[in-house]
Amino acid sequence: MTPANALLRAELDALYADYAHCLDNDALEEWPNFFTDDCRYRITSAENFEAGLPLGIVYATSKAMLVDRVMALRKANIYEPQRYRHMIGAIKIGVEEAGGLAVVANLMVVRIMQDGAMTLFAAGRYVDRLVRRGDDWKFAMKEVVLDSRQIDTLLAIPL
Amino acid sequence: MDTHALTWPKDGNTRVPYRVFSDPDVYRTELDRLFLGPTWQYLALANELPNPGDYKTTFLGETPIVVTRGEDGEIHAMVNRCAHRGNLVCLKRQGHTDDGLTCVYHSWNYDLAGNLKSVAFRRGIGGKGGMPDSFKLADHGMRKLRTDHFAGLVFGTLSEEAPPLAEYIGNEIGGRLGRVMRATPKVLGTTSQMLHNNWKLYVENVKDTYHATLLHTFFTTFRVSRLTAGGGVAVSEGGGNHTSYTRGRADTLGAAQSDKLYASIQSMRDGLSLTDPRLLESTEEFGDDITVQILSVFPNFVVQQIHNSVALRLVLPKGPTETELQWIYLGFEDDDEAMTERRLLQSNLVGPAGYVSMEDGAVGNFVQRAIVGAEGEHSVIEMGGFDHRSDNTRTTEASIRGFWHAYRPLMGY
Repeated sequence: MTPANALLRAELDALYADYAHCLDNDALEEWPNFFTDDCRYRITSAENFEAGLPLGIVYATSKAMLVDRVMALRKANIYEPQRYRHMIGAIKIGVEEAGGLAVVANLMVVRIMQDGAMTLFAAGRYVDRLVRRGDDWKFAMKEVVLDSRQIDTLLAIPL
Repeated sequence: MDTHALTWPKDGNTRVPYRVFSDPDVYRTELDRLFLGPTWQYLALANELPNPGDYKTTFLGETPIVVTRGEDGEIHAMVNRCAHRGNLVCLKRQGHTDDGLTCVYHSWNYDLAGNLKSVAFRRGIGGKGGMPDSFKLADHGMRKLRTDHFAGLVFGTLSEEAPPLAEYIGNEIGGRLGRVMRATPKVLGTTSQMLHNNWKLYVENVKDTYHATLLHTFFTTFRVSRLTAGGGVAVSEGGGNHTSYTRGRADTLGAAQSDKLYASIQSMRDGLSLTDPRLLESTEEFGDDITVQILSVFPNFVVQQIHNSVALRLVLPKGPTETELQWIYLGFEDDDEAMTERRLLQSNLVGPAGYVSMEDGAVGNFVQRAIVGAEGEHSVIEMGGFDHRSDNTRTTEASIRGFWHAYRPLMGY
């Protein structure tokens, strides 16, 4: 690994760690800041993704929509107290011609309900595009491609 | 249990014994009498299997079904079970075959209509073994369903007694269904939601026009729909099918009075608005100013139009207290790019993460948990009176009473 590659890998390891801890620590108001203003964010199944179907279980075309999602979760939507524990790994980095990055990473998420029940809630991969904004990498696109077509009960907190 | 041991409360459709939501014997009886009985259940979109040999699998209740496009160009549906020793014939959710349907267990081969065409080693080997001469291929096909089409949707039943589909759906509900399925549909995507509650708790929820703007405070807060807007509910004669609708964006009472009625909802008081309102930007698509229409066909099929978000929902029982809710999101062939984008954005309202539907994934389970030990007690369903007639208000539970009106005679209650 060249020093430049090692540096990039370290940067992305840190970014994905920050992303996981943001969601798992309930710092949801910080979550949109990982994205560009005109980002695209979608949660879908591998089945839809591989068939080229555009549907998102969550589908956003701006950072403002992510802000709205957090606001709705905090103020309007009703769901039982729960938390996630993200495990993100196997980060594959591809450098794009325009200087952006095409990154694929695995994720597994355990959901813990208020009574202590723990379930493997999600397994899948992030299919991401990142761009430089100042010193930081931001998600210009994040597709959360879930291996299962089934969602248990509901999906409130983002992945 | 003898199913007749369940005695329905004397108040009829306004009282539902909680036992019907958890009793394994009630559930077993439903699978036989409702799902394998004289009801029509959604199988596929008529244009979903375009080529002969295309197939998909689904369920009538918990019974596995395979749906095919035959060599004759027609849709066929059979129980997905080999006539030999009961193995699943089609293992994939969907696929294509060029040589009929072959059971993997002993290579019995059926045509696309479920007729048995060949049996491996039927004549034995060297004059030994094989099937007796009395064995006739024609006597051992896969069990066939009746199928029928309505508004681009294919339904199936195992019953000879079920009336023709159009009659089963009824004129009024049929008209409403045709209204939404206004052109050739195209699938934008699918998902499934696993609900930890009895399937009927979800069906009641769909038919419950009263809850939507109270439980789903997103509706109210962002003025997507309120009970104070115009609207109503239509219930089919037999009670089992329904449609509810919200008319127009204007409030019948005026915004101030409406805000007052909804003042107990916390998020209303906070005066929320979306940072990016494109999510709710909709266009008039159906030419009648109906912004929300929810429709159900007994026992387990739902069609939703919420602004420009159109979806089919199939409620599949998976045990007395487990349900799979399948979502099939649709656009239409005449959609341009902007319309597709609008539908995708508005689909944030529905599904497992939907702003106005995520609560429905949990509320059935909340009821399921609360009724443990209350099998001898019952719910109270009197909003809007005692009958299941159509009404020009949504502050009613008429369509829930209609469901039980259709359910009880089939179950012998």
